Amino acid sequence: MSEVLTPALTAKDFATDQEVRWCPGCGDYSILAQVQRVMPGLGIPKENIVFISGIGCSSRFPYYMNTYGMHSIHGRATAIASGLKATRPELSVWIVTGDGDALSIGGNHTIHLLRRNFDVNILLFNNQIYGLTKGQYSPTSEENKVTKSTPFGSIDHPFNPLALAMGADASFVARTMDRDPKHLQAMLTRTHQHKGASFLEIYQNCNIFNDGAFEVFTEKSSKAEETLFAEHGKPLIFGAEGKKGIRLDGFKPQVVTLGEGYSADDLWIHDEKDIFKAQLLTRIFDNPALEGHLPRPFGVFYEADRPCYEEMMALQLEDARARKTPDLDALLRGKEVWTIQ
Amino acid sequence: MVRNQEVLQDVVIKFAGDSGDGMQLTGTQFTNNTALLGNDLSTFPDFPAEIRAPQGTLPGVSGYQLRFSSDSIFTPGDNYDVLVAMNAAALKANLATLKKGGKIIVNTDGFDSKNLRLANYPDGENPIADDSLQNYEVIKMDVTKMTREALKEFTMGTKEKDRAKNMFVLGFLYWMYDRDMESSVNFLREKFEKRPEILDSNIKVLQAGYNYGETTEAFTTTYKVEKARMEPGTYRSIMGNQALALGLIAASQKSGLPMFLGTYPITPASDILHELSRHKNFGIRTYQAEDEIAAISAAIGASYGGSLGVTTTSGPGMALKTEAMGLAVMLEIPLVIIDVQRGGPSTGLPTKTEQSDLLQAYYGRNGECPMPVIAAASPADCFDAVYEAVKISVQHMVPVILLSDGYIANGAEPWKFPTEDSLHPIHVKFKTELGHHEDKFQPYIRDENLVRPWVVPGAKGLEHRIGGIEKQNITGNISYDPANHQQMVKIRQEKVDKIAEFIPEQKIDTGKPEGDVLVLGWGSTYGVIKSAVLELQARGKSVSHAHLRHLRPFPKNLGELLRRFKTVLIPEINNGQLIKIIRDQYLIDAKGYHKIMGVPITKQELIEEIENYF
Repeated sequence: MSEVLTPALTAKDFATDQEVRWCPGCGDYSILAQVQRVMPGLGIPKENIVFISGIGCSSRFPYYMNTYGMHSIHGRATAIASGLKATRPELSVWIVTGDGDALSIGGNHTIHLLRRNFDVNILLFNNQIYGLTKGQYSPTSEENKVTKSTPFGSIDHPFNPLALAMGADASFVARTMDRDPKHLQAMLTRTHQHKGASFLEIYQNCNIFNDGAFEVFTEKSSKAEETLFAEHGKPLIFGAEGKKGIRLDGFKPQVVTLGEGYSADDLWIHDEKDIFKAQLLTRIFDNPALEGHLPRPFGVFYEADRPCYEEMMALQLEDARARKTPDLDALLRGKEVWTIQ
Repeated sequence: MVRNQEVLQDVVIKFAGDSGDGMQLTGTQFTNNTALLGNDLSTFPDFPAEIRAPQGTLPGVSGYQLRFSSDSIFTPGDNYDVLVAMNAAALKANLATLKKGGKIIVNTDGFDSKNLRLANYPDGENPIADDSLQNYEVIKMDVTKMTREALKEFTMGTKEKDRAKNMFVLGFLYWMYDRDMESSVNFLREKFEKRPEILDSNIKVLQAGYNYGETTEAFTTTYKVEKARMEPGTYRSIMGNQALALGLIAASQKSGLPMFLGTYPITPASDILHELSRHKNFGIRTYQAEDEIAAISAAIGASYGGSLGVTTTSGPGMALKTEAMGLAVMLEIPLVIIDVQRGGPSTGLPTKTEQSDLLQAYYGRNGECPMPVIAAASPADCFDAVYEAVKISVQHMVPVILLSDGYIANGAEPWKFPTEDSLHPIHVKFKTELGHHEDKFQPYIRDENLVRPWVVPGAKGLEHRIGGIEKQNITGNISYDPANHQQMVKIRQEKVDKIAEFIPEQKIDTGKPEGDVLVLGWGSTYGVIKSAVLELQARGKSVSHAHLRHLRPFPKNLGELLRRFKTVLIPEINNGQLIKIIRDQYLIDAKGYHKIMGVPITKQELIEEIENYF
């Protein structure tokens, strides 16, 4: 027996010696902790993991991961990751981005990465605000938001990030939150496991510029009534006593109370593979302040098997090589030559 | 029939017609045929930016200029000996540049009242019917009619038949210059392999054009240009963009680095993508990104992963890539950025040439952001230039800008191509493990040339983070320390300056190492400067030519070389860019000559300009 046993990695192995410099109380701390906790279990050699970020508070993330990492420029992490994955398919590439980075300045690259389906993991830290530039509204901020740049309220209509991802033909679309470590860990693992571009939206609290943006979903007092944790193959049930469910009336989701004329059999059964239902699910995006609103769904909305860009690229190269052996001399010489004596 | 054959030394032909007349194809076919005869040659395609400008109009004229010679030549020529005009607009747009007494081959069908009106000839005026062309030798042919006649047995429609008109002209010229048409027949066979009727009709018309010359008694003379007295060796014809693609493939092979091209289509750079995408068997990955920014960013990602990252563009795309270039400078990773310049600013003149991105390449980034800049001087030189750009980039861990332009991108010339063995290898060092005395990897530790190690993901124990924020020297940790920033700015500059130790000293291309006038050029003005300087030297003038390949850093001896001349004249196809840098760095009173018309400088113009300084 000469097999060398590598000691199992722990969360600590993924921490760097750099001081973490997010504001105290920032939701990013929890996400960092869960990522570091999940990493050892994924079974990837540390040196084969790369974290790439753009600009924004979340984009400091790579400095705190003891893997390979690049803190790049605003909006371009997705584009840089595309080039890296195209040339190094064996690497595990993670993109850490925010609502401004991924959906505003880098919106173009995000949708194109999704349609190409590189096998990378996008962690979108959504806090519905620009934190690093100190509090302007973001492309996910709600309408009428009063911020430094919108003292009379924002007139922009916000993006629904998951609907956008579905529109770009993402092959994996999921949502989780910073304040639910278990669910966050489960979603990170699923994100990694999916082969293809994985889009994970993480509700993240910016306690300085947009504190409590998601508290109705994260606080114990309201969480059960306001959130819906979808699981594949199971009916959409929510509420403190698990008595509420969602059924489909044609294409229209409606909340029903179990026992009052409806049983679990009548409910919408979540199917991650159903692109039509997944699109309906992403459209459940109601303002929790409105009367009769639906709860906000969390979990894996959609997962599809679709060929990855880097694999098809490699196949084309292999194919071309099989058909024609590379011969530099022949290439340089070209088809027609003449000789001068 | 007995005919005379006249031996000529030098011929310039301009093929001109409507954008849809196939003049670019006619030109390239005649060029390839010329190349095989062993003439020296130089070409200048000139076409409108519109894919199909209104038919018959002046803006719709597409032209292809070819010069071939039994001497060594360096430009496509100032004036034509022969003008092929497929319609009235083509004649009008090009007549001024035809030599007095030159030949005009006209397609009479292109001179009907409609075409004359579209070309803005006054009512009732027809240049081929009146005596306005009496200073030229006009050869009139109804190409359209004869093409249709040749194809009367064919079932295709008239519109389809008319498409073969250019083959008639090509055949006629093959006869006129006593050529064998085999190269074009082979070309057609390959191109229309799967469309036998199109193939047959094209060959038929080509032959008809040849026969027309052969059997028409009016034509009494054919012409011949002997093989050029060029350096012995085996040659092929090459265009600039093609040479860039081949140079990149060769550099990828000789460095052992798989190549990745991240790019976005833009005139006149797109042909580099087209060429490279055909050679996937060499492990070349081509990636047509969603925009210019994604294109360079993906190339940076590929470089970070250990590939040879390349991005190609033209002026407006260069502007978009600016921020990412700054990132590459901060990351200190290899990257080759090719800018095939065109007329600017903004969209400018997409299909016309200009050298106006030099200052952008030099200074066009935020912060103190030095990058090496090198320039290609001719179509074939693109190969050597890009090979060198790769070498500098991977050996000095620095992004490099290579400047070409529309003129050399589409122009062709003979190329004494290298063999694989004759290309010097490009040594690349990857650091893959910690050294004996290292307990932790320091990403910004440097060697004697200030070059940091290239470590790519996958190397165990060397995990590290890099980014666009200023970093502490050696450790690479984020640092806002004032003294550290000053030090890092100086280091990045010095690292680029030190490249001067690795590039050849500046040589005089033509002429003595001292004298009255030094004409200093860069990029695509090489041919015209050389031609003008040679002619003035033959007239006994004290003038020399030096041409810069390396624009940043300059060769070490450049200042001293410049000072040995009374006048340094810098001709450029811009409003004066290199001249600013030369004046700034060497404090000499250099003189400029600036032509900003979207076309190359002519030899005659330049000779007249240089003569002002004696």
